[in-house]
Amino acid sequence: MTVYLLRRILQSLMVLLAMSVIVFVGVYAIGDPVEILISPDADQMERERAIAALGLDLPLWQQYLVFLQNALRGDLGRSFVFNEPALQLILNRMPATLELAFGAMFLSVLIGLPLGLYAGLKPESIGSRVIMAGSILGFSLPTFWVGLMLIMVFAVQLGWLPSSGRGETVQILGLHWSFLTANGWAHLAMPAFNLALFKISLVIRLTRSGVREAMLMDYVKFARAKGLSPTRVTFVHVFKNILIPVVTVVGLELGSTIAFSVVTETVFAWPGMGKLIIDSINVLDRPVIVAYLMVIVLMFITINLIVDILYSVLDPRVRLESKA
Amino acid sequence: MAINTRGRKLAAGAVMGAAMALAAHGAQAQNLNMAVGAPVTSLDPHYHQLSPNNAAAGMIFDRLINTDGDARMQPGLAESWRAVEPNVWEFRLRRGVTFHNGNPFTAEDVAFTFQRVPNVPNSPSSFAAFVRPITNVEVVDSHTLRITTQNPSPLLPQDLTNIFILDRETHENATTEQFNSGQAAIGTGPFRVVSHTMGDRIEFARNDSYFGTRPAWATVNYRMITNGGARTAALLSGDVDFIDQVPTPDLARVRGDRRLAVSEKVGLRLIFLGLDHMREDASPFITDNNGQPIARNPLRDLRVRQALSIAIDRPAIANRVMEGSATPSAQFLPPGVFSHIPNFAPPAPDAARARALLAEAGFPEGFRITLHGPNNRYPNDGRIVQAVGQMWTRIGVRTTVEAQPWTTFVGRAGRQEFSAFLIGWGSNPEGSHPVRNILATANRDRGWGASNRGRYSNPEVDSRLEAALVELDDARREAILQEAQRIALEDVGIIPLHIQTNIWAMRNTLQHEARADELTRAQDVRPR
Repeated sequence: MTVYLLRRILQSLMVLLAMSVIVFVGVYAIGDPVEILISPDADQMERERAIAALGLDLPLWQQYLVFLQNALRGDLGRSFVFNEPALQLILNRMPATLELAFGAMFLSVLIGLPLGLYAGLKPESIGSRVIMAGSILGFSLPTFWVGLMLIMVFAVQLGWLPSSGRGETVQILGLHWSFLTANGWAHLAMPAFNLALFKISLVIRLTRSGVREAMLMDYVKFARAKGLSPTRVTFVHVFKNILIPVVTVVGLELGSTIAFSVVTETVFAWPGMGKLIIDSINVLDRPVIVAYLMVIVLMFITINLIVDILYSVLDPRVRLESKA
Repeated sequence: MAINTRGRKLAAGAVMGAAMALAAHGAQAQNLNMAVGAPVTSLDPHYHQLSPNNAAAGMIFDRLINTDGDARMQPGLAESWRAVEPNVWEFRLRRGVTFHNGNPFTAEDVAFTFQRVPNVPNSPSSFAAFVRPITNVEVVDSHTLRITTQNPSPLLPQDLTNIFILDRETHENATTEQFNSGQAAIGTGPFRVVSHTMGDRIEFARNDSYFGTRPAWATVNYRMITNGGARTAALLSGDVDFIDQVPTPDLARVRGDRRLAVSEKVGLRLIFLGLDHMREDASPFITDNNGQPIARNPLRDLRVRQALSIAIDRPAIANRVMEGSATPSAQFLPPGVFSHIPNFAPPAPDAARARALLAEAGFPEGFRITLHGPNNRYPNDGRIVQAVGQMWTRIGVRTTVEAQPWTTFVGRAGRQEFSAFLIGWGSNPEGSHPVRNILATANRDRGWGASNRGRYSNPEVDSRLEAALVELDDARREAILQEAQRIALEDVGIIPLHIQTNIWAMRNTLQHEARADELTRAQDVRPR
């Protein structure tokens, strides 16, 4: 196990390093941040001064080495735009995105599981046909469009929910959280649902196929033959077993939800990491882009590692030892 | 005063009653929720020269000379200013002004500010150019200041409308981060900063000891909603009372809604086409009709440039593509602004004459060109490029259109990679600004032509600019600048299309003084 862990950590570091090179070169190729950041009426001298101030006068490989040196000390550079440490900017925005992501995951399970269960138990009923058709919509409608429609209906026409932003926040551990206030919940509802839509469909389909498969299994037949009530068969025998794949997928989806909430955050002016990265790309704020991607890569690596370890704990057949 | 006691009591009672009625009515009306389209990136007023930042700074700080909605100079922290010698300006400062923390404002603070401006660490776009002409600042007394410049500097007052004044005692060692946290965001302006969440919102409270007109709002919630659709939705749903940069597709709906009102003003931003003047031989995106490179650059021929200009139906672009939120223009500045050229209207679209001009220039069959442009920088930029492409194709210049994100576009334009491209320019309300940056020959030492991306060059324009920059007589300077612009524009150095209209929208219980300089500020909004 220890050997395996060490190996994984070493691999992860290599991935991080490779990622940093790719991102650095990629952002460099897009364009010149000075052209975008500097006031258009700045003269040539002013331009040269800004280029030097941002360290962009060095050749790319030197810029990269400077970045690497600082990164080893935990400093991922300062934002060109905000003049604050890039990592700190991202971490400050993280609570907003985490709230959104967890809200979305919660909704997807809350809505997706019962609907999927129903569709799996009564596959021929009209209700489950409607559910399945709806889940196709959930997969295929663009998040962007759905977000705007939600705003039009619930904020503009009905006036039930606020159209954008994060609402009141409460400060805990130096970070701002909005899920502790009613106003915060009202602001969270629409963007979380918007982000959850795809995942709801995913959970419905997973649950449904799991249920349909399980219903044909011998242990279900035996349970029925024993004369157990349908409710007990469903919730104790079937449900427990189909939860395993659902939980796995939902767990893995959490990572991508955090990383790719960009569209929803933009539509709802949700001040999270996704909005920060989009704004930063628009002005080529290189330190923030690089730091953000580093954080995301690190997050994925960590999630995958945890999932692998959990598997070996849950299922003794999975072995993590290296064969060598 | 001869008022008897009883009368005084009555008067006091009436005032009390009125005040209570106001308080009851004002309880909800004292707060303004507003949303702006561009994020404020810093509260340090000298860190990043960017209009959203300047708008927010304009609520917190003052300048020696402020500007009104028409971009005309108004006394700010300076009550008056005059050139006492050709290169010495004297400023008399306002007395009795205090900063938000109670510190008095004096001439020392101005001198300190001028020192700080060029020395803000890591500034990606500094304000240094505005104070660079200054060679000496002499504090005559606590409220008089003499500023010496290297050469006669008629533009100094105009330059100083960009510099927000800080307090020496408070800001001696203040960092940009301290400004951003709100801790050091202390000025003399109409509002105090209560809190700032970067990229999301700024909360303001009224500065009750402000020297100027008292703002109508006790508190202001200044939100940043960058997505245009979301911003309109926030207004329609009542989340916010006031927005800027109304997206043109939403304009009709907003105008048609009785609950809403719109304020607008012709701005200072010209959208124009830049042309490759630099290359005498083949230009990179121009070929003949068979796709073979042309040995000489057709854009060097005045007749070709004229043909391309008169091929464009500017009113059609302004009315249809821009849905009325633009005014066709042949020059940088709108009427009423210093150094606008009178009687200089855009040419009427004339495809037949354009073809004739092309034939005269030796291109009877036209040629092929690629027109580049951004697709996320100016309102409808991608669609304007499309429209121009069609109009050019109609006169035989077969045009391919390539719109790309601003981040990639602007760097390539700056490296002279294009043959023809769409771009915009927001002017200071003074003709030397566009002439110096866009039309003058690019010259690093003089700081001219820094944004002259087509490398237009005309010694006659340069010589007039040189004269204007040291001409202290406003009338003479205006005439020289009009002439410089006329020469360059008749030579079709660029092809102007239209000047954008700045548009704000609000609940119909509010009114707003629209600004030519695009700044969105709470003190310009009042209950109707």
